[in-house]
Amino acid sequence: MAAALRGTALALAKGLGGARLHQLVSRPLSVSASLCGSEAPPARADSTFKVTMIPGDGVGPELMTAVKDVFKAGDIPVEFDEFYISEVQNRASDERLEKLLDSMKSNRVAIKGKIHSPMENKGELESFEMKLRRTLDLFANVVRVSSLPGYSTRHNNLDLVIIREQTEGEYSSLEHESVPGVIECLKIITREKSRRIAKFAFDYATKTGRSKVTAVHKANIMKLGDGLFLQSCAEVAELYPKIKHENIIIDNCCMQLVQNPYQFDVLVMPNLYGNIIDNLAAGLVGGAGVVPGESYSAEYAVFETGARHPFAQAVGRNIANPTAMLLSAANMLRHLNLEYHSQMVSEAVKKVIKQGKVRTRDLGGYSTTGDFVQAVVENLRHPPT
Amino acid sequence: ASNIPNGTGSDPDLGNAPLPPPLTCSVFVQMVQDPTQFDVLVMPNLYGDILSDLCAGLIGGLGVTPSGNIGANGVAIFESVHGTAPDIAGLDLANPTALLLSGVMMLRHMGLHQYAAKIQTACFDTIKEKKVLTKDLGGNSKCSEFTTEICRRVQDLA
Repeated sequence: MAAALRGTALALAKGLGGARLHQLVSRPLSVSASLCGSEAPPARADSTFKVTMIPGDGVGPELMTAVKDVFKAGDIPVEFDEFYISEVQNRASDERLEKLLDSMKSNRVAIKGKIHSPMENKGELESFEMKLRRTLDLFANVVRVSSLPGYSTRHNNLDLVIIREQTEGEYSSLEHESVPGVIECLKIITREKSRRIAKFAFDYATKTGRSKVTAVHKANIMKLGDGLFLQSCAEVAELYPKIKHENIIIDNCCMQLVQNPYQFDVLVMPNLYGNIIDNLAAGLVGGAGVVPGESYSAEYAVFETGARHPFAQAVGRNIANPTAMLLSAANMLRHLNLEYHSQMVSEAVKKVIKQGKVRTRDLGGYSTTGDFVQAVVENLRHPPT
Repeated sequence: ASNIPNGTGSDPDLGNAPLPPPLTCSVFVQMVQDPTQFDVLVMPNLYGDILSDLCAGLIGGLGVTPSGNIGANGVAIFESVHGTAPDIAGLDLANPTALLLSGVMMLRHMGLHQYAAKIQTACFDTIKEKKVLTKDLGGNSKCSEFTTEICRRVQDLA
């Protein structure tokens, strides 16, 4: 779906053209290596896609392992370039960033976990993740909130899309103490970026057949800042007469989301509200463990979870839910035009959830991450023999 | 994140076993999934605006949510935070619950706890019984009828 977006389509074509063509060395799937002999392996895709992988902090590495295990079992032609970057573990130097950027320039597509932003002020106000987002200009964060069949919540059959501008707004990292004990924090809203994200939202709605785009704001209080955002959205909306455009104040939006989320279709908003609504909407369908998310710039696509948390309490306990990351990996495969493999992974994950036998703790079960991955692997269309 | 107390809800599939502690740090995810794990929350302006509306949505909307604005030296203003509803103004259709419960908060602020408790009980019992409810709560009664019912209960409780 992402590949069809105007602007990113061209970039994708560039990215895929740059991918090296390998003759994939196939791994025979027979039970014992000694049995395979000189048997010719079945035909394989003749190119592997290289994707940058950034496991991040907390349970990120575990979730990446889950993705790798599922990809291996499904024989998916994707190779990962791994980068272990962490701000809290002092692995976030400029050199690491440089190497990561080089990898991104050649691969164009990445899958990543959350790079935890520490709360202590160590001198630099801008977190590493924000720096990465700004450097790659990943201006659009898209979270598709869909109810999982088989896991019922208060509101079922939800299908919302939340589009968040993620390079400016309240996360501009511009703060100062003008007078001791008085901090001024600048929220930056620009016409250019507001128009850009609005256009992205309307393009997305057009391409995916959506009917309404609602801008979320607090322009009654932040008259100039959110006012500019609202005005930019309205200006762009005029170019899309077939798509309905509305706007709603952020506090009312949150209330409406918990009372009647069905009234919304695509939501577009600045940075902070996006963070809040992403989390709220994730809670509506099952929590941060089940919602995939992706970030786009004109040249890159980064796949991650929708609600981004390092889940520090879960590290090493094998309890994290890999659903969100696996669904995001499936979206990544679709972006790479590996539609067949994408469906294979997402259907396997959804089947496991629907069956309800293997559920991680956040969904009320007692299974481990490993159990869930195992169940997904068993449900893939070509289970390993 | 490690200070978040254990959820005390229970999953019907697991009998009455308590849910494991929340695994995420976001109050917005947690509030939507299990608000019972929270008690008192304190926060700056914008987050309060957003979170209070979210929580109002969880309990039935702004028509039943009371609020108070407390300043220094005991100065306070208690108000309902719903709109002015010009479409039903003057028609005896409005739901007075939000303002009434704000009045209860005011009585507590003034130290008149017994009166506050009586009025709150009367109001909650009226709503619980579902016989005399205003239109927004699913009933057919007028504002004055709803109020009379609450007054009757207050007098019975005296």
